[in-house]
Amino acid sequence: MFRRSEQDQRPPVQIFVDGVAVAARQGDTVSAALLASGVDARRSTAVSGAPRLPYCMMGVCFDCLVTIDGVGNRQGCLVPVAEGMQVEIQKGKREIGK
Amino acid sequence: MTVAPKSEDYDVVVIGAGPAGLAAAATSAEAGLSTLLLDENIGPGGQVFRAISSTPVTDRNQLGADYWVGADLVQALRASGAEVIHRATVWSLDRNLEIAVSIGGASAFVKAKRVILATGALERPFPIPGWTLPGVMTAGAAQTMLKSSALVPDGRTVIAGQGPLLWLLAAQILRLGGRIDRILDTTERRNYLAALPHAFAFLTSPYFAKGLSMMREVKAKVQVVSGVTELSAAGDGLLASVSYVAGRKRETIPADLLLLHQGVVPNVNLAMAAGVEHHWDDLQLCWSPVLDASGNSPVAGIAIAGDGAGIGGANAAVVRGRIAARAAVDALAPAAAAKLPAIATLRADLAKAERGRVFLDTLFRPAPQFRIPSGDTIVCRCEEVTAKDVLDSVAIGATGPNQLKAYRRTGMGPCQGRLCGLTVTELIAQARGKSPQEIGYYRLRAPVKPITLAELAAVPKTEADVKAVVRG
Repeated sequence: MFRRSEQDQRPPVQIFVDGVAVAARQGDTVSAALLASGVDARRSTAVSGAPRLPYCMMGVCFDCLVTIDGVGNRQGCLVPVAEGMQVEIQKGKREIGK
Repeated sequence: MTVAPKSEDYDVVVIGAGPAGLAAAATSAEAGLSTLLLDENIGPGGQVFRAISSTPVTDRNQLGADYWVGADLVQALRASGAEVIHRATVWSLDRNLEIAVSIGGASAFVKAKRVILATGALERPFPIPGWTLPGVMTAGAAQTMLKSSALVPDGRTVIAGQGPLLWLLAAQILRLGGRIDRILDTTERRNYLAALPHAFAFLTSPYFAKGLSMMREVKAKVQVVSGVTELSAAGDGLLASVSYVAGRKRETIPADLLLLHQGVVPNVNLAMAAGVEHHWDDLQLCWSPVLDASGNSPVAGIAIAGDGAGIGGANAAVVRGRIAARAAVDALAPAAAAKLPAIATLRADLAKAERGRVFLDTLFRPAPQFRIPSGDTIVCRCEEVTAKDVLDSVAIGATGPNQLKAYRRTGMGPCQGRLCGLTVTELIAQARGKSPQEIGYYRLRAPVKPITLAELAAVPKTEADVKAVVRG
């Protein structure tokens, strides 16, 4: 869906998506890294379970909700990637304790 | 930079580090007022200057000269001595000018003598069939990724809608080597005629030449279909095709990515929650706050600058930021105001920046069928409520947006109405034969962004706070 422009010289950052290593770049948000990676990053909604991907990328639509380092319902479009970050694609509601 | 504010009290707190917020905070701090700038994003710039300090797009021609203006604003802010905190989400502002802000999972409270809201704009909802499918995004979303991560569309890409941002985005995608298969222009033909009386101001504004050359640049490389009157997205769990009608001819094209845009509207949540009165703007088709010429709202001490004060674009936002800050300086440190540009100069700058706006607003006024959906089209993305659901609720007694919450939970999901509020108001207004002003909007309250109960529970409490809720 998206690819990186060749001029992007930012250093790499490795994150893990559902346990699998994914290459991101320093300064990417979690959502941008997911969309650039080509992995199936579709979450499912809390109401009907419908698949969704980020819609606005600016913090207003909440369709980028994702579990980051064990904390659910994070807005992936507002959180920058960090080395070793553990991202889980959130299926349905945030779970208790997450 | 996830650090708490250094102080509990400030002369001026500016919320939002886009064009208006950057200019307001710099002006206020330069005049010697203690100034705090709170911003939700990773770095300064807001949307229009997004990632201005960090963009990997280093060829300055690709994002254009209008983008790089933001670098000067950031430089002025850094030189001004204003305290700046990013990744800071303001979730409450009240009439006492007390601000609650979430930073790194913990909330801090600050009090201001003046608050300048510079929360900007968001893209108008574009509720067409299939707009919740993965692969359908806003044009702004693609632009955000382009600016901050040098990402460009790669698969079969369709851009649909209208307005200046759409053409700017298309030009930027092409300059970075991205792919656009087709542009579907939804501008209503009758708008060209309606906009004609305002054309002189536009033709003599800086927008005209820039807009024309950008449209030429794009049209030389991409097939553009104008006069699109129907639009829908389809796919099974993922976007597969886009259908449209233009000149009574229906066409369906395969697509991996559909970027939608039909203008921007003020981001009103924080201002409304603070009690600032808003009126329906019948030209811009959105809620705009009631403000005086300096941006002061009816709530003492709260001013609004930038697109949150009514859509005016980035140049106007910068000047409005300076005017609002100037008013704060006049009130709090009149002696320091002498150092600032004269108010007459600022007002002349604003008139210049707003030149041509009525033309753009009239030409790009979105068509009713793209604002007021019907049938199974989703209105509220969070609670997955359709247009038919809304109309059925109206038929059995839901009189307005707040009543509708009890019937259907519209606006009660995490986005708090940002993606459905305008649609709900217009849909109910049409169904009931009333004006949007009469129908009104959601009653917004803090927290205006979701925070966890754990974060709320961890907020320091006084003995009086505890006594207010604990029995015995």
